[in-house]
Amino acid sequence: MSEHGHSQPGHGSDATVHVVPFRILVTVWLALMVLTVVTVEVVYIDLGNLNLYLAMAIATVKGTLVALYFMHLRYDRPFHAIVFVTALVFVLLFVSLVLTDSGQYQPNIDLRQEQLLGK
Amino acid sequence: MQQSHQQHGEHRSAHLAHQFDTLDQQYQSGKLGIWLFLVTEILLFAGLFCVYAVYRANHPDIFIYAHRFLNKNLGALNTAVLIFSSFTMAWAVRAAQLGKKRALVNLLAITLLCAFIFLGVKYVEYQNKWKEGLLWGTHYHPIEEAAPSGEAAPADSAEAHYTGPPNVQVFFGIYFLMTGLHALHIIAGMAIIGWVLVKARRGAFSPSYFYPVDYAGLYWHLVDLIWIFLFPLLYLIR
Repeated sequence: MSEHGHSQPGHGSDATVHVVPFRILVTVWLALMVLTVVTVEVVYIDLGNLNLYLAMAIATVKGTLVALYFMHLRYDRPFHAIVFVTALVFVLLFVSLVLTDSGQYQPNIDLRQEQLLGK
Repeated sequence: MQQSHQQHGEHRSAHLAHQFDTLDQQYQSGKLGIWLFLVTEILLFAGLFCVYAVYRANHPDIFIYAHRFLNKNLGALNTAVLIFSSFTMAWAVRAAQLGKKRALVNLLAITLLCAFIFLGVKYVEYQNKWKEGLLWGTHYHPIEEAAPSGEAAPADSAEAHYTGPPNVQVFFGIYFLMTGLHALHIIAGMAIIGWVLVKARRGAFSPSYFYPVDYAGLYWHLVDLIWIFLFPLLYLIR
């Protein structure tokens, strides 16, 4: 139960084991459930393009909660968080570059398709 | 405690592999390995998220039309089930760290049960798609009743009732690919949790050796994390 796990049996004084308090686990679970309800309900409100961004923002908050508390990143060595965030940065780079690229040539594809269909 | 054993040249823990000095060093090495594995998983799914992003950016009409065939309630139910299983898994890791064997076994069993419920709901969803002919590629033959409500369906010919945009089958290709790969990860997670559960019942874990529970938990949370993004992207489109 101790905040930094130093008193856990079987570990030296530099042990990095952290036991997440039960109260925090329950709070995170409840927060995740509330956010799930919010993300479902918000679909029924027309916000235009904002709907997608809002859904992704809520999912990101939920994902952050899972990573920080359920996956212990908040209490863990920073290196694991660095590894994780680096991967996410590369995912973002990957998706955004491909999106930019495909957005450039999509008009040509549409044009060609119209030509083929109009023949 | 472990360290003082080492310093005085006393016996090493049976769990300590010869290449490590302390259990903590071993634990941290294993954990880094798991995180690197999780990164490869993220990048694997990134390819599918990329396919999704490109297709949705260029053909938003297909997504708006086709997502209505997915059952929002079942999707939300599965989200709740998976989040709950993630909670019980995190709780199980806590029980393992504190050496509470009974709680650990029960929590792992609940987590495994949630995984079964998730797959059961997924099975019902897949079965409905199958019956309605809402499949990938050339297998896409929507039956009349499958048309979303509010769209009149003239019954002259097989194709006449179809009022949606072209290439809707690609949406279902993406849907089955993403949820299918995710479901495979659920099945793999069930095997891992089942194995940890068997070991836990035999009393293999203690506060000084709970790593397998922790590693299985990290993997299970990632599977939950991916679903947290899949759910709004596939079911909640506006």
